[in-house]
Amino acid sequence: MLEIRNLHVAVDGKEILKGIDLAVGRGEVHALMGPNGSGKSTLAYVLAGREGYEVTKGEVLYQGRNLLDLAPEERAREGVFLGFQYPVEIPGVAAMNFLKAAVNAVRKHRGEDELDAIDFLKLVRDKAKALKMDGELLKRPLNVGFSGGEKKRNEILQMAMIDPRLAVLDETDSGLDIDALKIVAAGVNALRGPERAILLITHYQRLLNYIVPDRVHVLVDGRIVKSGGKKLALEVDDQGYEPFTAGEKAA
Amino acid sequence: MAATVDTVETVKALSDGDYKYGFVSDIEADFAPKGLSEDIVRFISAKKDEPEWLLEWRLKAYRHWLTMVEPNWARVGYPPIDYQDSYYYSAPKTQDRPKSLDEVDPELLRTYEKLGIPLKEQEMLAGVAVDAVFDSVSVATTFKEKLAGIGVIFGSFSDAVQEHPELVRKYLGSVVPYADNFFATLNSAVFTDGSFAYIPKGVRCPMELSTYFRINAANTGQFERTLIIAEEGSYVSYLEGCTAPMRDENQLHAAVVELIALDDAEIKYSTVQNWYPGDKNGKGGIYNFVTKRGACRGRNSKISWTQVETGSAITWKYPSCILQGDNSVGEFFSVAITNNYQQADTGTKMIHIGKNTRSTIIAKGISAGHAQNTYRGLVRVLKSAEGARNHTQCDSLLIGDACGAHTVPYIEVKNRSAQIEHEATTSKIGDDQLFYCQQRGLSAEDAVSMIVNGFCKQVLQQLPMEFAVEAQKLVGISLEGSVG
Repeated sequence: MLEIRNLHVAVDGKEILKGIDLAVGRGEVHALMGPNGSGKSTLAYVLAGREGYEVTKGEVLYQGRNLLDLAPEERAREGVFLGFQYPVEIPGVAAMNFLKAAVNAVRKHRGEDELDAIDFLKLVRDKAKALKMDGELLKRPLNVGFSGGEKKRNEILQMAMIDPRLAVLDETDSGLDIDALKIVAAGVNALRGPERAILLITHYQRLLNYIVPDRVHVLVDGRIVKSGGKKLALEVDDQGYEPFTAGEKAA
Repeated sequence: MAATVDTVETVKALSDGDYKYGFVSDIEADFAPKGLSEDIVRFISAKKDEPEWLLEWRLKAYRHWLTMVEPNWARVGYPPIDYQDSYYYSAPKTQDRPKSLDEVDPELLRTYEKLGIPLKEQEMLAGVAVDAVFDSVSVATTFKEKLAGIGVIFGSFSDAVQEHPELVRKYLGSVVPYADNFFATLNSAVFTDGSFAYIPKGVRCPMELSTYFRINAANTGQFERTLIIAEEGSYVSYLEGCTAPMRDENQLHAAVVELIALDDAEIKYSTVQNWYPGDKNGKGGIYNFVTKRGACRGRNSKISWTQVETGSAITWKYPSCILQGDNSVGEFFSVAITNNYQQADTGTKMIHIGKNTRSTIIAKGISAGHAQNTYRGLVRVLKSAEGARNHTQCDSLLIGDACGAHTVPYIEVKNRSAQIEHEATTSKIGDDQLFYCQQRGLSAEDAVSMIVNGFCKQVLQQLPMEFAVEAQKLVGISLEGSVG
């Protein structure tokens, strides 16, 4: 599904990612852990195609195609979804209208019929209910005045509605209390499936109690220093990133 | 979001971003000689077979105009206009007025079809009476008879001069006097045609009155004159929409609109202005120097201006309300969009004279490219205006870092009981917002259109249905090329 080979990325001339190799297969959930500033969000933005992130070396294949050739909206329509660490506020645009435009843009690209107002509403209601979201929230301007938890739940709702093939969730757990975390985790788990790959970016192991990953990678200073099974996350939780950082320095 | 989808379709139809309505139809014009003089004023008046008093009025205006200086206080810049290098009269060649649409020059009908306003369909579908101004002479009027049945007079200004001279004489210049300002005075001297509407006492006009203006012949400044009178207890909603063909030379457009609302009458005047704004480098485009003013002359009367200004190279326009009658209400809802090198200096004047007069101003300015967008507004409360209230809200939205937004509110209050509120905000469409939308599958252009439509919603929802959809599309088209 996703294959990252020797990826080097610079921002403003400064190298942030220093040779990432990572393969996420269809149906798999991978967790990417790392301390602040290690390059986790940079990787997420590069995959989504944000401007200002210069790929200096390496390649990214998505479903066998060169992902880096595609414009951000093309990647989205091809099924790449980024759950934002800090969802952006858009005043004047109701969350519901935004969602409908997004869903139909992707459906159109896939050659599916656009959802009409009634089908759309029904679908949103079902999905929102599963996330214990208040329907009224969706009538408000997108993310404006939403609490941290509401924003994150709205990200997961968008993901559920857009039905992506590759979901990159950037610190979706940050700022959530335990109840919200459980709900969000359940939302993500519901999307696990043989056709979908998920890359979870997180600081803490906590989220991984609820979304159990197939693989865990530790990112330090722009490099993946260790990969392993779900137990690796516990190791990180237990010891912090210090041992990995030291290992990196020693090497 | 159907509107957004529509915008996408429309934008796509504009293959290389050129102005959709840029074409010139080849109807031969019957020109007056170039230039401006008393003889030209007489020529226009004679051509239109006007009564002596109207010619005199024109001449007074012309002579006064000669003593006036072009205003320069607006935040707009343009090369000096040579008023002698323009035609002041042109009309389609057809000599006799067509009695039905079948008699209308097919070339003209095709022109309207390209504009998406086929008269026939409009007649049936929208229930809108259309007084179509092509160049300077009105060529087709529909629904006139139906309206006449309930006493509503709606047609060209020229016809009104012939058929209802007493009404024209009574009200012409009563809101915008011939000596009012440079451009209005010029208009008073050389106006060629426009619309006239009269709503009799107690009548609620059952349909939206609509006029499409269109500048066509090269180098012809168009000087419309519109006069709407709402008698006691009457109501009318009037729509004005404009598009123009592409050309290189700047075209001066100096219209005057006068509205008069008597006791308990209400006039709603909506404009979607989409004249050629010039090309990406600021070449060409219409100079839109317009004087629009309404007088709430009667008690409890109301005048509401809604405008969506997306076109023209330069817009200089301040639709205003004179709140003379006690308890009268003035409203101004505006969206002004400038892109590339467009300049807009627009706003309103609310003059509170009567007791308990109220006014609301909501102005949304959107600036992209190298454009400059200024809100300029005056709220004046005279001593007599006991209990006057005003609420003003001015919001500016910037796209990119080469454009400008300016807010110039003037507030003059001479009565202590007045309550005046002024709110203003400035915001920017951020890269992070665009990226967020793109990450959800929307193109940058759709994203801008969506964000801007959200920003303008408060104003757009004031428009009648027919216009609201068109306006939403225009918002998207106008900002095309402003990102990415």
